[in-house]
Amino acid sequence: MIEVRDLKKSFGPVPVLQGVTFTVQKGEAVVIIGASGGGKSILLKHLIGLITPDQGEVCIDGRSMAGLNERQLLQIRRKFGMLFQGAALFDSLNVEQNIGFILDREQNHPPGEIAQRVAEVLELVGLAGIGKKWPAELSGGMRKRVGLARAIIYHPEILLYDEPTTGLDPIAADAIDQLIARVGDTFKITSIAVTHDMRSARRIGRRILMLHQGRIYADEPPDDMFKSSDPVIHRFVNGIYEPGEQFSL
Amino acid sequence: MTTLAKQFVNEWFCGLGRGALLCRDIFSSLCKVKPVWHDILDEMYFIGVKSQSVVAITGAFTGMVLCAQTYFQFHKVKMDTATLAVVSVGMGSELGPVLTSLMVAGRVGAAIAAELGTMRVTEQIDALRTLAAHPIDYLIVPRFLATMLVMPLLTALSVCVGILAAYIVGVFLLGINSTGLWYNMLRHTNMIDISCGLIKTFIFGAIIAVVACYKGLNCAEGAEGVGRATTEAVVYSSIAILISNFFLTMLLNALLPTL
Ligand SMILES: Nc1ncnc2c1ncn2[C@@H]1O[C@H](COP(=O)(O)OP(=O)(O)O)[C@@H](O)[C@H]1O
Ligand SMILES: [Mg+2]
Repeated sequence: MIEVRDLKKSFGPVPVLQGVTFTVQKGEAVVIIGASGGGKSILLKHLIGLITPDQGEVCIDGRSMAGLNERQLLQIRRKFGMLFQGAALFDSLNVEQNIGFILDREQNHPPGEIAQRVAEVLELVGLAGIGKKWPAELSGGMRKRVGLARAIIYHPEILLYDEPTTGLDPIAADAIDQLIARVGDTFKITSIAVTHDMRSARRIGRRILMLHQGRIYADEPPDDMFKSSDPVIHRFVNGIYEPGEQFSL
Repeated sequence: MTTLAKQFVNEWFCGLGRGALLCRDIFSSLCKVKPVWHDILDEMYFIGVKSQSVVAITGAFTGMVLCAQTYFQFHKVKMDTATLAVVSVGMGSELGPVLTSLMVAGRVGAAIAAELGTMRVTEQIDALRTLAAHPIDYLIVPRFLATMLVMPLLTALSVCVGILAAYIVGVFLLGINSTGLWYNMLRHTNMIDISCGLIKTFIFGAIIAVVACYKGLNCAEGAEGVGRATTEAVVYSSIAILISNFFLTMLLNALLPTL
């Protein structure tokens, strides 16, 4: 279970998160939507302790992450897998080494095991046989799949996705969405995805949170969200820009 | 204007503080985590082996020009055979360490800052941290140790090549008596000149690695941020080397008078 309490973060004078509170139960599939530059990535990085909040706290299974140092956080992060916005594959390692990175570092796996598990997850994300390629040779969609393979190889309990479909064509985006749904079902994972792609949000989320002006503005199932008569939600969900409306890019 | 100055001083101290924290993290990692020799050797190959040509050329031409200049002056007072002694002391204690460090700062410092900076802006450092790898253990410590270990070797190479090149210039170009040259060089070059020079390069290596890693890890967003981090890494580490060289020379000469 993930509990976020009154999270606040600013960069210099600019407030990004201004008191975010929500709870995600074990096994839930949650999507956080919000405008670009609204602080979605920042929020996700707080959940996994990559950024320390100015105020408020994040608790994982009842344990607060406040005041832990980086080495203690490394232990807690073992529960998490994260797919980064740009996949964040290591340029200096090939696909196989990228995916097997964490197992390789643990140094307690018999020789054949890592290669076998890498092959398994590559198969799962539909990229069997590309293990020897370099990240620079892959397309955007393939990079995200490899990033996902790298995140699930160690069977984390919670998966975080930062804009998994942004920058992909509709078909590739759908493929990633289906993959995310399949991974969630296969491993019974708690998943939190961040996106501004409403179609994708509807496909992968059982519950949608809307981040608006640094706070959780709405927390509803997808269907209610799409039917909502609230002007802010309605405009975001249907992509309607009103001249004179203030928004940050 | 005053606010700008205040901001500058403020940022300067913040930078120093964060640099000190980085040093603390490196030190605590060295104490707690067993370094991975494989990673260190990889870095030593890149930092050391690949810098050899640059360093050897620097050493050779510095030695040659130093020999020629010294000869032009010494010839007036009939001290031709003392030429190589000046070259060996000068190269061994100052020019070798400093010029080698500056070349390595330019080549290796820039590469480290650019690589780490790119990793930071493409979230690869965050990815490392989510994959249970401490960036200090995995990225910084191998580079730090490799640079420190490699610097004395590169300096020794540069000094040897410099002396050899100077010898060749002196004997074959300037026609100085070769026995006299060699004899005077051995007589006037002391252990302290060489050891002082080599000890300094350990510290220069540490300076290069820490400054470059600091700049890379704290790089601003975007390609522009990486560019700036790279430039600053080279400039700051070069200046730090030149300034610390003076103080280190004074300190080491006070500490090692008997050698
Ligand atoms: N390291 C940082 N320093 C300063 N500002 C930052 C930093 N990271 C993010 N921001 C700012 O925080 C805001 C939210 O960023 P982000 O979470 O990436 O938005 P998004 O919702 O598109 O993922 C942006 O306006 C960005 O400029
Ligand atoms: Mg983002």
